Amino acid sequence: MRIEQHPVLEFRRGKKIKFTFDGKEYVGYEGETIAAALHAAGIRVMRESPVLHRPRGLFCAIGNCSSCLMTVNGEPNVRICVEKLRPGMVVESQKGKGVVYAAGN
Amino acid sequence: MQQEISFVEIAVIGGGPAGLCAALEAANAGARVILLDRQDRLGGQLIKQTHRFFGSRSHRASERGINIAAELTGQVISHPLIEALTGATVFGFYEDGVLGVEQEGRVFYLKPSRVIVATGASEKNLAFPNNDLPGIYGAGAVQTLVNVYGILPGKRVLMVGAGNIGVIVSYQLLQAGMEVAAIVEAAPRIGAYWVHAAKVRRAGVPIYTSHTIKRAYGEQEVEEAVIWQLDEQGQPVPGTEKDFAVDTICLSVGLSPLVELLAQAGCRLAYVPQLGGHVPLRDANLQTTVPGVYVAGDAAGVEEASAAMMEGALAGLHAAYSLGYGRAGYEDRRRELQHQLDSLRSGPVGEKIRTGLARVLAG
Repeated sequence: MRIEQHPVLEFRRGKKIKFTFDGKEYVGYEGETIAAALHAAGIRVMRESPVLHRPRGLFCAIGNCSSCLMTVNGEPNVRICVEKLRPGMVVESQKGKGVVYAAGN
Repeated sequence: MQQEISFVEIAVIGGGPAGLCAALEAANAGARVILLDRQDRLGGQLIKQTHRFFGSRSHRASERGINIAAELTGQVISHPLIEALTGATVFGFYEDGVLGVEQEGRVFYLKPSRVIVATGASEKNLAFPNNDLPGIYGAGAVQTLVNVYGILPGKRVLMVGAGNIGVIVSYQLLQAGMEVAAIVEAAPRIGAYWVHAAKVRRAGVPIYTSHTIKRAYGEQEVEEAVIWQLDEQGQPVPGTEKDFAVDTICLSVGLSPLVELLAQAGCRLAYVPQLGGHVPLRDANLQTTVPGVYVAGDAAGVEEASAAMMEGALAGLHAAYSLGYGRAGYEDRRRELQHQLDSLRSGPVGEKIRTGLARVLAG
């Protein structure tokens, strides 16, 4: 949920940006991270853990912990807490470890 | 394939309070500095600190972290002797003192004469069933979402930890419009400064001391949290459980210094619980056991941002001095910084830090 009124801070949001999450279209703002845009839309489950298939979300939000890895524009294991949202991004929940290198490609 | 290696005088890794002050101090003495930060924006965790700082005026008391970040960042960017690179991750510190850096898909190498490591710290987790559910965040993560991006992580939160961060973040969440169900603290007393704790108590938030979280419940996300009391030995007391319907749990249980690069550099580390975990041994100038490699800020031991700034300045001053810069006035400046740092760590509040530092200070 986005904060509209705050006693100390004023949030200057950038241009509106469209992106998709698991095939559905959403709107975020230029300058914010993918994690921020997803949270604004109420989405907190980012992936499934590779072994026990448990839901995983954001934990540290500054690129340290790797809890929030997602597949972005086909690239797996993107830390969406530090990756900025860009127009037309295709964001997908990640299942498994993702293919980072495939021989012969 | 040809690889680019640049020789530089001083590399500062991390652009938070310690790194910014290290870069400024060294450059003001006349040294050329390259400052590397992996985030898109300088300031480190100051950029989400909307509360006013404590201490005396020389410690920037009553200023808000966000304003300090803006001021220091402005000075760094406009300094003719500092080159600041953002989005630049230092991924390796090699035996020959070479740093590997990645910036927007490009990899390059630096061979600095001096390196100041100011990489900060990461949030600690806590062991309890379902602690991996979405909706459970480090307190700093919630601060980033709320204070940097203006987004609430949920509607109702349980805060674990009544130290300064836990209590300040609780207050910031109230300000931003979230409901704070309770704050729990394993210790028998509140660790935060009283003025902060009083604010949340006045807002009607209960603080349960000698309590900890027992477990979280929820299918895909947090739906409920259960806390229970701890006895004098720190053991949970069955039958004392309390349930809270919350969609968010915030963990404010301390930070661990990020010392990976220092470990790669071969610096001797020691496990010092009072400083947050593994930290490098260092001398009074913040030089580690590897000559020419310095540490400052939370990477040297978890403390307040004001201490990080002074440590950064001390490290920057000495790194420059060791390269022949800033000879005039060096002793006075060093003594002044050391005095400020000592006064910040004086009294009962600084006791834990002093005990920890006694174990890592050498030379």
